[in-house]
Amino acid sequence: MAQEITHETTLYAEPVGHLGPLPITNALLTSWTAVLVIALLAIIVRRSLREVPRGIQNFFEAVLEGALSLCDQVTGNRHVSEKVFPLAFSVFLFILVNNWLGLLPLGGLGVVEESEQGAVFIPFLRSGTADINTTLGLAVMSVIGANLFGIITIGAWKTFNKFINLKAISSIATRVRKDPSILVVAPVTFFVGILELIGEFAKVASLSFRLFGNVFAGEVLLIAMSAILPYLLPIPFIFLEIFVGLIQALIFAILTLVYFSIAATHHGEEQA
Amino acid sequence: MEELAKAIAIGLGAVGPGIGIGMIGARAMEAIGRNPEAAGRVLVPMLIASAFAEAIAIYALVIAFSI
Repeated sequence: MAQEITHETTLYAEPVGHLGPLPITNALLTSWTAVLVIALLAIIVRRSLREVPRGIQNFFEAVLEGALSLCDQVTGNRHVSEKVFPLAFSVFLFILVNNWLGLLPLGGLGVVEESEQGAVFIPFLRSGTADINTTLGLAVMSVIGANLFGIITIGAWKTFNKFINLKAISSIATRVRKDPSILVVAPVTFFVGILELIGEFAKVASLSFRLFGNVFAGEVLLIAMSAILPYLLPIPFIFLEIFVGLIQALIFAILTLVYFSIAATHHGEEQA
Repeated sequence: MEELAKAIAIGLGAVGPGIGIGMIGARAMEAIGRNPEAAGRVLVPMLIASAFAEAIAIYALVIAFSI
């Protein structure tokens, strides 16, 4: 019986199988593949490591050197960038490999699932970053990591005062005699701290939705283009998506770096 | 009506960031044109600035999804 097999791009990742009670979505599968690819590459490079680089080690040394100098430009401090660089670069690699795996023209591989609407084709490869859960996880990790880094480098009390500024409130009592204008300035400073606290949540939202939106829109774009003229029309857009994948991974990593380096600097205290 | 509200939310919300990113890009090109050696140094601040401008559009997107 010839049944129409449809495929539609959904906002959420589709499950391709089950592991006990845990549904395995195609985005999760692609994330695992990305991790596997990165780990394999790391092992291969690690095993043939030598003083005078050859072949693939050459390439990775050049990439690392470039990335580290870019990192220096953002943090402006070798000491900070040496601490944050491993995390930011891992995030970059993970997102990059994920974005590019989702573009691989292996759309024919997948499972056909029966549902009420008829048979639905579900591909195995869907960019892990085209699932809001992945990007949300990455964003939460990067913002919480930045605050932890701030606590480690400048201390818990100072980090706490960035958000709930008890120091500004207490300075009313100590400084009001010398400088009455503190009565106006301190509440404003306190309110700015509250805004910073909201800003942390805005950071999570903007990081996660930017990545998700760009990658998911890319998938929809490719599918729309191949519906107009299959095989030929999507080719230029695939190049565009390769570029977008690189840029978005770069932006995510750079913003992570920026958040870390902001957390590591404390606001200069004006002494009255 | 709800569909219309969504469309207006993301449509209007994307105008400002679009103009902003365009201006950032234009000024970066101008800077690189004046001083081609500075291309590497211009890139990172440009990306960061456009990421912050883009964030506004993403807030509009979140609102559009949640209407």
